[in-house]
Amino acid sequence: MKKIKQLFAGAMLTTLGLPIAQADYALNLMEGVTKVSNDIYDLHMLILWICVLIGIAVFGTIFYSIYHHRKSKGHEAAHFHENTTVEIIWTIIPTLILVGMAIPATKTMLELDDVQESEMSIKVTGKQWYWDYQYLDNGVHFESHLDEISEKSHRGSTIDPHTVPNYLLNVDRPLVVPINKKIRFVFTSVDVIHSWWVPDLGWKKDANPGFINEAWTSVPKPGVYRGQCTELCGRDHGFMPIVVIAMNQGDYDNWVKTTLEQQNAKPDLSDQSHEQLMANGSSVYLKNCVACHQIDGKGISGSYPALRGSAKVTGGVDPLIGFLQAGTSKMPSFAKLKDNELAAVITYIRNSPDIGNKVGDEIQPKAITPVYDDDE
Amino acid sequence: MSAVTAEHDHDDHHHDDHSHGPEKGWLRWVVTTNHKDIGTLYLLFALAMFFVGGTMAMIIRAELFEPGMQFVDPQFFNSMTTMHALVMVFGAVMPAFVGLANWMVPMMIGAPDMALPRMNNMSFWLLVAGVLLLASTLFMEGGAPAGGWTLYPPLVLQTGKALPFAIFSVHLLGVSSIMGAINIVATILNMRAPSMSLMKMPMFVWTWLITGFLLIAIMPVFAGAVTMLLTDKFFHTSFFDAAGGGDPVLYQHIFWFFGHPEVYVMILPTFGVASTIIPVFARKPLFGYSSMVYATAAIAFLSFIVWAHHMFTVGMPISGELYFMYATMLIAIPTGVKVFNWTATMWKGAMTFETPMLFSIAFVVLFTLGGFTGLMMSIAPADFQYHDSYFIVAHFHYTLVPASIFMLMAAGYYWMPKWTGHMYNEKIGQLHFWLSTISVNILFFPQHFLGLAGMPRRIPDYAIQFSDWNMISSIGGFIFGASQLLFLYIVVDTIKGGTGEKVTDEVWEDAHKHGLEWTLPSPVPYHTFSTPPTVIPCDHD
Repeated sequence: MKKIKQLFAGAMLTTLGLPIAQADYALNLMEGVTKVSNDIYDLHMLILWICVLIGIAVFGTIFYSIYHHRKSKGHEAAHFHENTTVEIIWTIIPTLILVGMAIPATKTMLELDDVQESEMSIKVTGKQWYWDYQYLDNGVHFESHLDEISEKSHRGSTIDPHTVPNYLLNVDRPLVVPINKKIRFVFTSVDVIHSWWVPDLGWKKDANPGFINEAWTSVPKPGVYRGQCTELCGRDHGFMPIVVIAMNQGDYDNWVKTTLEQQNAKPDLSDQSHEQLMANGSSVYLKNCVACHQIDGKGISGSYPALRGSAKVTGGVDPLIGFLQAGTSKMPSFAKLKDNELAAVITYIRNSPDIGNKVGDEIQPKAITPVYDDDE
Repeated sequence: MSAVTAEHDHDDHHHDDHSHGPEKGWLRWVVTTNHKDIGTLYLLFALAMFFVGGTMAMIIRAELFEPGMQFVDPQFFNSMTTMHALVMVFGAVMPAFVGLANWMVPMMIGAPDMALPRMNNMSFWLLVAGVLLLASTLFMEGGAPAGGWTLYPPLVLQTGKALPFAIFSVHLLGVSSIMGAINIVATILNMRAPSMSLMKMPMFVWTWLITGFLLIAIMPVFAGAVTMLLTDKFFHTSFFDAAGGGDPVLYQHIFWFFGHPEVYVMILPTFGVASTIIPVFARKPLFGYSSMVYATAAIAFLSFIVWAHHMFTVGMPISGELYFMYATMLIAIPTGVKVFNWTATMWKGAMTFETPMLFSIAFVVLFTLGGFTGLMMSIAPADFQYHDSYFIVAHFHYTLVPASIFMLMAAGYYWMPKWTGHMYNEKIGQLHFWLSTISVNILFFPQHFLGLAGMPRRIPDYAIQFSDWNMISSIGGFIFGASQLLFLYIVVDTIKGGTGEKVTDEVWEDAHKHGLEWTLPSPVPYHTFSTPPTVIPCDHD
């Protein structure tokens, strides 16, 4: 009994203490960082206050009535049941309020829609379950996955989400943009519909397979802005965040330069130690394989086959390489992986205790022979 | 306002002495064509589905209690959100209102039964078949549909073995709804007591007449949309696949052409129940009856021309977005009229606060909150932020739970004494009300904050900054869920005898001035109004 009391007191204190404990706790829409997001915030506040005022009037009347016009107080019911004048008034006043709201809303809509005179373009492709960013002006192109530690944590490891910095809102490679440039985004998808939302920018836009959508932003100050996919896109919909880093033009130019250098560098195909291969393989696995085959390699019964104990995985290496490069109707081709990545992930799935296989070999990058040439 | 003549009342009693009663044994409930039996079947089935859908909601709230994945797999979580919505919409709320219409429409308009009694039976059993088929997908390879209740392609086409079964169940549910709607419309238009003109009908009958037309118009559209999904998946068509010249957004247009009126299918009869109950307990006629009728019709009309406000972010041309924004904003006007009318009905009344009235007042207040967030979301640029976040989850749950569900509860408390002849336990009823009203706000109000802070809907796990409000919301959810067991208790208890108090024919003070059903004996005989009543009570002149 005493314990229950303590628990109850604890729960009460936690509830009451919340606003204090979490001073930065958001109750309201964030103002955001761009001009458009500020405009939207203003519209939000305007309509919110209109609703609050109407609410006070209506609820005030109802509660006044409840208090004074009750039978227990001996109030006699009046018998009126219509009044044309008030009915006209309470039709016209809301109409005027709505017209008043529609004008600034229309202005903001037109501004949001105007993608002309943009200074650079980024193509955003939604995929199950990560984003692919392609800078159309300079050729930078990369995938942006949920970061490894969040990935491990939500997949049932012992890592407590509370200890993960920016749990589920962090990526391995953020989208980097320069400040004060009008950036045009084009959105598409290769599989199902996704939606790209960074609240600080003020909008979200759907990425539809087979179609292109447009939107734009201009970020006025450097910073890190986080968001998530907001259109249900399947099992890992909750695990494809967005991180945008805005930086000064100079920093951005440097970033483009180093990124392009890395992107164009030949992969290091020299032999690696077993440990190196396993560590690299684990990262490749977490980005590319885990969503279907799961962290324990057991797959999902009825949907995705298990790697654990699979003859295809533990059998001949060359057929396995060919299989990964070609893909099947159910599994995408992983020809996009570089030879060293492919070697590492194959070593990993054949030897990791997490996956539950123990062939006892290592596959070196040189062992990867292309089934077909990837011209890109 | 005129009272029913005592003479007529007597006639009814007299007549019932000669009429046959229900069939004996369990077969009665299978073969019945009696509107009261079928009404009961609908209501009990809806109550059962309310608990099934509610259990799914409890699973969702349990997983969202804390950050991290604790109980279920993400795919199963998605199945739960999808099935929760489908079961609640098609298994609980819609059938419950059809059940109310079955019970009350003939009694309110002075008709002996529904116009098409055999079809009535069939529409109920098709509903059962449809819902069972849908529920069976939970046990199929690949799991139940997990693409959201909107069944958007291409995602829904990734469903496993369940897809064709889910589609066929939608067909069955559609057929059932259309039959139910045709029956209600035919009854209202053809079987009213001679002196009951359209503009003398009770508001509940009016709202169902309009809802009936909505259903007949939209269910075939939904059936068409899911049939296109079926042919896309199995017969190599490309309605929604760009690779074959189709467009996935086309599905969304078709779906929401059904889906937006569909939400009014769930709310218009709710309005009707509120307009029925509030005047009785305010002891005043309904304020602005004719404007209520016109507002209902206006809302129904507008519901057909605003569908793409569910799609502001899909990438429509600016002209389309602006049109749908303006049209959507207009809905606030007739909806406002209704809220103002209910308020004016209470104004200067002589109110008492029995359970049905308590639920009705909570409905007016909390539905208005849901209406406010609806108005906020009609502002398209702001919707670019709100869309698909927990803000919308809060919005539509406010318009469904403390609105539709609360008014279904209110209707239960209001008419149960008439149906069973027993009084429910008022103390437990009020306890149920207070627990439900407090917990429903703990459950859904924090979801506004979550959405505005950036939490997307339909995610099984979330960032740490969303933890506290999710935990509070889950606690509210568990209390709300548990409180509904009280309602189950009350229903069982009342059927078995309730408080044992003898209920009068009118049950509520002067209720006979407000509706024909209160001129009938309690409990209502198996057959009523075999001859139409000659004088009808009218809440307005």
